[in-house]
Amino acid sequence: MCGIVGLFIKDKALEPKLGEMLSQMLEVMTDRGPDSAGFAVYGASEPGRVKLTLRASEGYDFAGLKDKLGGSSTLIERETHAVLSVPEAEVDAVKTRIAEVAPEVTVVGSGARMELYKEVGLPRDVAGRFKLSEMSGSHGIGHTRMATESAVTTNGAHPFSTGDDQCLVHNGSLSNHRGVRRELERQGVSLKTDNDSEVAAGYLTWRMNEGRSLGEALEDSLGDLDGFYTFVVGTESGFGVLRDPIACKPAVMAETDQYVAFGSEYRALAGLPGIENARVWEPEPAKAYFWDRKAA
Amino acid sequence: MNAGTQSHAVDLSNSTVRELNTALHALKAGSNASLWRVTNPGGLHAIAAGLDAPITVEVDGPVGYYCGGMNKQATVLVKGSAGVGVAENMMSGLVEVEGDASQAAGATAHGGTLIIGGNAAARCGISMKGIDIVVKGSVGHMSAFMAQAGTLTVFGDAGEALGDSIYEARLYVRGSVKSLGADCIEKEMRDEHKAQLFERFKLAGVEGQIDPSEFKRYGSARTLYHFHVDNASAY
Repeated sequence: MCGIVGLFIKDKALEPKLGEMLSQMLEVMTDRGPDSAGFAVYGASEPGRVKLTLRASEGYDFAGLKDKLGGSSTLIERETHAVLSVPEAEVDAVKTRIAEVAPEVTVVGSGARMELYKEVGLPRDVAGRFKLSEMSGSHGIGHTRMATESAVTTNGAHPFSTGDDQCLVHNGSLSNHRGVRRELERQGVSLKTDNDSEVAAGYLTWRMNEGRSLGEALEDSLGDLDGFYTFVVGTESGFGVLRDPIACKPAVMAETDQYVAFGSEYRALAGLPGIENARVWEPEPAKAYFWDRKAA
Repeated sequence: MNAGTQSHAVDLSNSTVRELNTALHALKAGSNASLWRVTNPGGLHAIAAGLDAPITVEVDGPVGYYCGGMNKQATVLVKGSAGVGVAENMMSGLVEVEGDASQAAGATAHGGTLIIGGNAAARCGISMKGIDIVVKGSVGHMSAFMAQAGTLTVFGDAGEALGDSIYEARLYVRGSVKSLGADCIEKEMRDEHKAQLFERFKLAGVEGQIDPSEFKRYGSARTLYHFHVDNASAY
């Protein structure tokens, strides 16, 4: 089953409320996915610095890791995750160093603005642990998982990130992910799990690396990805939605002057400000929808 | 509504859909006409499903899945959009949605009228068995799939594979049809069909505003009704 949500803020005055709104949307989708949950938020950036979202086991000493890494990184800890802000020039060295001195730590996301959190547990508990409701940002996506074909693990939770400031949540299942994975490996896109949704994320990363825009990459996936899917994706400045041509997986969207919102069901949108006057519609099958902050 | 109509208010922000439906199910055929105003539906599922009394339920906002499902006799008015399967398996009565409806609107319904003010998504009227559906906007792909009886009237366009494997329902579309499904063909629009369409306009309250001759009629070519010996090797 699974529930997915997404929110793209158009009115800057609402940005401090992003986390609160997304958190509430995620919690409503609990009955579609009570196993695990995750979200990515596009917050403020610092010029010349990159945010690395790290994940480790409960009680991990992130501060100790920061000391081992040295350099001029700064750290914000959130339970099993931590966001390390690193000068752009040092990113590759820091990643290499983490792999050497702390192989138990996973770098789950990297980018100027994106932070990514996911964990096993009820969506409300996951959002609460990471204090999603306090986060500010321009857009974010989230997922509540009901595992049907693989174990309930943090690695199997969404979102998946396969490129800087890029992430994806997926409701559905891909049927040709093995073949696409082999092609992506040939193209040099590295995937960390056996999950089919990560293949979809990797596919979009590859297309965008080839110079395609988010909208174009989504259109490309209609020809190359086979199976059931509703995707919600984020990039540094963009937010996109795509449903497969059969459109079995549910989706509803709402747009006001202040935001664009996506939910697996309308219930997820029911608590948003001004929803009673929003334009509410079901995204059409096989049609890429995308919004960009830079274009706005 | 006559002067004797009793009015009830149910706020779904402080009572459950189960409480609402239990109260509505307690009303049987022959009970007095009553008006139920439901506020704060918030996209909840199965609102006013399984009714069997000549009552009116007004829902003030968007509903989730299966609103008005299995309806008999009742009038259900939704002042918002509807999720999957609105009025599915309706037997009689009226379900009207002001906004858009998600997929499988009016699925398998035997009777009654379903009016959708906006667009209906995929599979509108799938396996319909006698319902009259009027969609003021457009319908998505595979609409009227395996439709058996009733009418589907679409003021806008129809998506891919309209009327695939259709039996005997009548489909009227004013706009474009992206493609017709297997065994569905365009048919001649005779006076009896224009008269039937005019009756459907009345259901939607737009008679006199639209010209029936702007519509095309689609139905079954009836080539899938019987086993054909040339297809023996396919089995």
